[in-house]
Amino acid sequence: MKVKLALAQINTKLGVVESNLEKHLNYIQRAKNEGADLVIFPELSLTGYVLQDLVPTVAHRATSDDPVFKELLAASRDIDIVVGFAEEDVRNRFYISSAYLSLGKVAHVHRKVYLPTYGLFDEGRFFAWGDSVEAFDTRFGRAGILICEDFWHTSSPYLLWMDGADLFLFTSASPGRGLTSAPELSTAHWVESINQAYASIFTSFVIHSNRVGFEDGLHFWGGSTVFDPNGELLAKAPLDDEALTYCEIDLNQLHRTRARLPLLRDERTALVQRELMRILKRDDSRSGR
Amino acid sequence: MNGLDINTDLARSILTGFIKSETTRSGFQKAVIGVSGGIDSAMSCFLAAEALGPENVLAVRMPYKTSSQDSLDHAQLVIDATGVQAITIPITDMADGLINQFPDMAKLRMGNIMARCRMIVLYDQSSAFGGLVIGTSNKTEILLGYSTQFGDAASAFNPIGDLYKTQLRQLAHAMGVPQVIIDKAPTADLWIGQTDEGELGFTYAEVDKLLYLMVDERYTPDECVEAGYERKFVETVVKRIQRYHYKRVMPPIAKLGNRTIGYDFLYLRDWGT
Repeated sequence: MKVKLALAQINTKLGVVESNLEKHLNYIQRAKNEGADLVIFPELSLTGYVLQDLVPTVAHRATSDDPVFKELLAASRDIDIVVGFAEEDVRNRFYISSAYLSLGKVAHVHRKVYLPTYGLFDEGRFFAWGDSVEAFDTRFGRAGILICEDFWHTSSPYLLWMDGADLFLFTSASPGRGLTSAPELSTAHWVESINQAYASIFTSFVIHSNRVGFEDGLHFWGGSTVFDPNGELLAKAPLDDEALTYCEIDLNQLHRTRARLPLLRDERTALVQRELMRILKRDDSRSGR
Repeated sequence: MNGLDINTDLARSILTGFIKSETTRSGFQKAVIGVSGGIDSAMSCFLAAEALGPENVLAVRMPYKTSSQDSLDHAQLVIDATGVQAITIPITDMADGLINQFPDMAKLRMGNIMARCRMIVLYDQSSAFGGLVIGTSNKTEILLGYSTQFGDAASAFNPIGDLYKTQLRQLAHAMGVPQVIIDKAPTADLWIGQTDEGELGFTYAEVDKLLYLMVDERYTPDECVEAGYERKFVETVVKRIQRYHYKRVMPPIAKLGNRTIGYDFLYLRDWGT
């Protein structure tokens, strides 16, 4: 089965949801016209990234009676959509979330589980921590969503892998940093490297949608990618510029790669569980929270 | 590998993108830059001309009566090379209006007055020309506090503030800033014979390497000494960074209410754009 992906690498207006929504609908329509099956927007694509005190004023719920999601759900009747938003739950906690919309319904919402609160990041100050990493079924097989810092922890994609995901949908608003003599920023280099590594060691498709643009002095670098289960780069969006990048993936590649390289078959989950339990029980080790 | 080596194409592309973004999202198309004839303002001017188009950039030369002819000439080289618009507004009369009231005024006071007069001229041209004032302070001088608060340090935004002097020289070379400007001894030209390196007591080449270790690589002062730097030099630089931190932050506001600007009223400047 072939699936045509569209990486919607957009810039956003900081805190102006209606204008970002309009851009989403425009990109979705374009992707639809090109026959894409799934369009993937970056982290916090409806709001912008450094929201700080704007969070409570831009948060939405992924429900059919929400004015923003109502329009996105209508658009998802012909094309599946991954969209990033600030989510307010029924008890008024705010999350960095990504929703998977399909056939006019919300198929899944992932709440970011790792909120970087160090260096230039301050997410833990403004957002609540999500507390699940779950795969879900789509028209194209089982998938999982992770948001930026989530996939800097190997346990997150590992859990998705164990939960049956063959399509890893990663979204980011990654501020570029690390200017050296190399032709790409250190951040771009590392993100691409780990995406390629995950595709190879999980023998899965790794699809990454990153945003572009500036917020004050922060620069978001784009460079969205698709890696296949062999770790081969199938598509790469331009650096720094808005783009709708298409990539057709052949799901049968999962069969071919895993026939050659049965890493999933050989994964010893019970051993992992045993050893993790032993490690977490040790009195001198409190590393697991 | 030298940690101060930069990919100049990448820096150029990010910084011109930044200038374009910060200018247009504030509702402007144009920029105003004080061009001194030195490498920092040359760099800001080259980047702004590339980002906004030379016709949208106004280079302002602001000589005082003691300013060197070289400064004026080198500023003209920048104007000619970039094709930006230009105006020359001497600050002698406005600066001397204050300076002459205090016959024993120290050089430093006079220098600060000149820097602040230039700020007034630039912000006035900002209004007249309809452009934002683009900053010209580099990372080295910001860290060392080698600038006049509300003077040359004042700007609407600063494209070169995360590049050390050593890195600016690489970018300047790549972008075609005239060699004479890259090669000459950096000077604020606030009095005759002044040079940055003479006044600071060390060279940019030396201090940039040390700052890179301390700031970017998070070396402790002791680790810097172990890495081969003289303890006295390290201590001088550490003290300068700390002593002049006030120039790098907004003035603190005394907290009284539940929500106070600077502490718990937090929005980016790009809010809503």
